Amino acid sequence: MSRPTPEHYVAPFEGNDIIEIDAKQLPDRRSNLWLDAWRDLRRRPLFYAALIVALVVATMAFFPTLFTQVPPNDNCQLPLGTRGPNMGAPMDGHPLGFTLQGCDVYARVVWGARTSLTVGLLVVAITAAIGIPMGALAGFYGGWVDSFLSRIGDIFFSIPYFLAAVVVMTVFSEHKNVFVISFAIGGFAWASLARLLRAEVLQVKNKEFVLASEAIGRSKFSTLIRHVLPNSLSPVIVSLTVSLGAAIVAEAALSFLGVGLGSNVMSWGNDISEAQTTIRTAPMALFWPSLFLTLTVLAFITLGELVRDALDPKARARR
Amino acid sequence: MLRYVLRRLLQAVPVFLGTTLLIYALVFAMPGDPILALFGERTPNPAVLEALRAQYNLDKPFIVQYFLYLQDVFTGNMGATFSGRSVNDVLAQAMPVTVKLVIMAVVIEFFLSVVVGLISGLRAGKIADNVSLVIALIFNSTPVFVAMFLAQYFVGIKWGWAPVTVGGDTTWGAMLLPAIVIALTIFVTGMRLMRGSVIEAQHEDYVRTAYAKGLTSRRVIPVHVMRNSLIPVVTNTAASFGYLIAGTTITEGIFDIPGVGNTLYQAILRGEGPTVVSFVTVLTIAYVVLNILVDLLYAVLDPRIRYV
Repeated sequence: MSRPTPEHYVAPFEGNDIIEIDAKQLPDRRSNLWLDAWRDLRRRPLFYAALIVALVVATMAFFPTLFTQVPPNDNCQLPLGTRGPNMGAPMDGHPLGFTLQGCDVYARVVWGARTSLTVGLLVVAITAAIGIPMGALAGFYGGWVDSFLSRIGDIFFSIPYFLAAVVVMTVFSEHKNVFVISFAIGGFAWASLARLLRAEVLQVKNKEFVLASEAIGRSKFSTLIRHVLPNSLSPVIVSLTVSLGAAIVAEAALSFLGVGLGSNVMSWGNDISEAQTTIRTAPMALFWPSLFLTLTVLAFITLGELVRDALDPKARARR
Repeated sequence: MLRYVLRRLLQAVPVFLGTTLLIYALVFAMPGDPILALFGERTPNPAVLEALRAQYNLDKPFIVQYFLYLQDVFTGNMGATFSGRSVNDVLAQAMPVTVKLVIMAVVIEFFLSVVVGLISGLRAGKIADNVSLVIALIFNSTPVFVAMFLAQYFVGIKWGWAPVTVGGDTTWGAMLLPAIVIALTIFVTGMRLMRGSVIEAQHEDYVRTAYAKGLTSRRVIPVHVMRNSLIPVVTNTAASFGYLIAGTTITEGIFDIPGVGNTLYQAILRGEGPTVVSFVTVLTIAYVVLNILVDLLYAVLDPRIRYV
């Protein structure tokens, strides 16, 4: 197997001045977009605050029994007799008081996290499942594919997605469940994600590594999947984090209007809607679910904004 | 410019047809009886059902139904609400109220964006910048009905500074509180735009030149920095006008403001599906038209857009 190779003259390696200059100047630490962003995030206290809130809410959603032993619907009839000037006031074992029906506010708030997070994650999954292919294909292939997909996106983009969800939920009023409501929200919210990704893909597809990938014989589609898409995902991830918060608000707002989840489902929106009638007499039943809803949304939106900032080298340089 | 306007209007035609077709298909291409489905658990009056079937031509093929519906939309025949008033009448009465509320909210939003954005842009990275970002994010993350209830409870009930609900009294003063709350919940976008462009403008050559020729910051900031930074904020404000016209349902419902949103809110609460669909159609069309106007405004303010 060893072919006789012609002998070459190789300059002696030692004692060559050029070697010093020729050696690659590697930075002492590894560096790429995500690593830099992570380093930036770790320095911001706001990031930890938002992360903790998000984790607490996630734990509440998965293991509500860690937080409360009171079943959310069980003793709803109990303190009806205690109405009066002191209605809904907290008592032992019920730290946040009671709703008009006498349900324990704390238990309902804890159990409500599951609904909100489920709907939020489902909406994000639907938004990504429709928006990413639509945006990526439109941006990468261009031409008539782009015109066709972008016009479809324009149509969905032109309908305010909350109004669209109201119509869908009105039509499906007999099938209110987390899947229908998630489709009602995500089925219209994907258009802005598709627009965002299309713009990003348009920029990335002209980079040298895309040309190189095609030059070594990779098919166009495979180039899109292996090289273009992974390099265009950062704004998508930011947008999806923010839309998780937005989806939770949308679910609560729909439930608040009475076209969201049925009143038998534990949901912050339902509870807020119910408590609005007692805003004068028992404002706390309105306050607590509102607070949890707001904190959750704030946590996800803040995470999204911070990651957006951290991923933007221009913004980093300014700080 | 004229070419841009024509092209933009032509682009709007398929979008307009698509949105109306989508809403129509969503509602009336349902298997089973779409009219009955709109009422959910309620059983409506048979006369109402007959009238609705006739209005939507449900005995004809789908595409014919759609074009007849489109004809109704163009001729302004949107049917009647359940109380018997025509949708047009209701709109004529409610739209001015909504427009008034939205104008107030948008003006307040604009000033908040400019002032807060300017301050955080000039002090980027300092405490004022971070504090204003956190506050704006908190307002932005507060769901609109939570914000409205908080305002109603504290400002209206507890401190008594403003009427708890607006009701028939649609004066500027009575609607100030909801308008302020709307502005607070949306101003973060405009403020971030202002902040970003102020930061960029400060590094522009013309700003350095202005300082170099001896102008004080009292003159450079309003004349050179602010003027150029205002363009994105103006267009963002215009865009939020369109968004708000279609998005005041919950606000108007909670404060009982007799606008278009409240009409929709009441129809949703009473389960009057067909009325909901009529109003959503009208609001969506308004939104599409306003978005075209916003795009044209972009082109007027920023000549670069026209040549793309």
